[in-house]
Amino acid sequence: MHYQAASAAAEAWGYVAAARGATMDALERVERLAGESAVVIFSVSTCCMCHAVKRLFCGMGVSPMVVELDEDPRGGEMERALARLLGGGGVAVAGSAAVPVVFIGGKLVGAMDRVMAAHINGTLVPLLKDAGALWL
Amino acid sequence: MYSSHLYRGEQAPSGFNIGDAVLDLTRSPILSPKSSSNLTAVNSSPLHLHFGAINHASVASLDVAAPTAAAAAHADAGRIAFSRGQIENWGDSAMVVSSPLTDTSTDVEIEDRTKMFGGIQQGAIVCVDSSALSEGKAGDQKTLRRLAQNREAARKSRLRKKAYVQQLENSRIKLVQLEQVLQRARQQGILIASGFVGDHSYSIGGNGALAFDLEYARWLEDHQRRINDLRSALNSQVNDDELRLIVETFMGHYDEVFRLKSIGIKSDVFHILSGMWTTPAERCFMWLGGFRSSELLKILVSHLEPLTDQQLMGLCNLQHSSQQAEDALSQGMEALQQSLSETLASASLVPAGGADNVSNYMGQMTIAMGKLSTLENFLRQADLLRQQTLQQMHRILTTRQAARALLTISDYFSRLRALSSLWLARPRD
Repeated sequence: MHYQAASAAAEAWGYVAAARGATMDALERVERLAGESAVVIFSVSTCCMCHAVKRLFCGMGVSPMVVELDEDPRGGEMERALARLLGGGGVAVAGSAAVPVVFIGGKLVGAMDRVMAAHINGTLVPLLKDAGALWL
Repeated sequence: MYSSHLYRGEQAPSGFNIGDAVLDLTRSPILSPKSSSNLTAVNSSPLHLHFGAINHASVASLDVAAPTAAAAAHADAGRIAFSRGQIENWGDSAMVVSSPLTDTSTDVEIEDRTKMFGGIQQGAIVCVDSSALSEGKAGDQKTLRRLAQNREAARKSRLRKKAYVQQLENSRIKLVQLEQVLQRARQQGILIASGFVGDHSYSIGGNGALAFDLEYARWLEDHQRRINDLRSALNSQVNDDELRLIVETFMGHYDEVFRLKSIGIKSDVFHILSGMWTTPAERCFMWLGGFRSSELLKILVSHLEPLTDQQLMGLCNLQHSSQQAEDALSQGMEALQQSLSETLASASLVPAGGADNVSNYMGQMTIAMGKLSTLENFLRQADLLRQQTLQQMHRILTTRQAARALLTISDYFSRLRALSSLWLARPRD
């Protein structure tokens, strides 16, 4: 598992966050980050459900990229953008945060319930293999 | 002399097995109304006097008193023969032939014969001449049919008894659960109206736990009824379409319990988590407010053979992925507990005055409250996992296999509940 701070980008070290961030809105940032690795998890470091989803992928032998929104200066905006992305499809639990949100191969999979449903009905593993996150 | 099956020297009726005996004595001239005079003679005097002289009896010697009858008896090709020992015994013991006869056969002919025998003071042992089986075949078949009917009746009776016992068992379990609910209600000082409102019975107090318990008890009763329907449908071999419909409805009923649990989680998460709405043995195996799907699948795989390779692989994958999901959720729960205890511990444990400490304490409590609220999310995810596992299992299996799977699962939980009842009722010092 490797953590991407908001100030790092996939293509280079020594990247300056402020300059780049100002020209992108939160949603675009989310989508850009989502495309940077086969499996991307948007998380909050104190969120236990995020911990669960991380453990799920690690248990499968996948090494996801984790974006901790509480360590990102624009985390709050991104969280709101993610909530909008999820729409009403996620499980509505009182006081629920938008996280965790999982992207595989740059495409949105969803929150914990979607990820688990995909794993149970057998669609998660092929998705991971297609994205190159899993090898037989 | 006549060759025959003879029951020799037996004095007790219980020793006889004349179930397959055919008594065709109505054709015997000796006992026919024509020779009733002979019978009368027999009746009126003690047998041993009458036959005492006949030590080496053959039928012929019986005919001392009625030669014509004897000749006719001979002509009957010796279907009936009285053994010498038995004739000697006639005077010595009361041999009741009627009971074995009536016990083994309700053939009208035989009944008539026993009546005739009843006229004789001492019962006679009668035997079948094996060489006369062709004459006796009709009687044989009747007897066999009677026997088959008896077996069938006995079997049906056993099935009825089994069903009744099962029903009793279910009622007993339900009773135990209702008693638990009542006890809790009394503790909480809530009055229960005599008639429960069916759906959404939150009119009974504002108590989420009690409301859930009542709804769950009702669902469980409904569930047992459906299980019996499913079982009888599977055994009576309804056609596949009908069975599919029954299974689909059944799966829909499972969705209902998850809906109830969802409401219950929102109204009282700790009650659901505690498992106090289940029986003790079920509670022992509880994981995050319900059963472990991976465990159920382990049980099912061995009970569902024969499975195609594809199905077996599908079920194994399902078991594996549900196990992984359970592990992930478990680790999330552990993180939650750890985080919660850290939060509570970080607030100053040393009682000290000062506004800072108070606000610090309140702050930590607020954080702790926030963490607790994620508990609902975990239970909800666990239920979703259970629901999805059941649905996937349904997809993998054929209709008939799915029916058997649902019955197996239900039986397993019934046993857990029965175990709980036994445990609660065990004698204690």
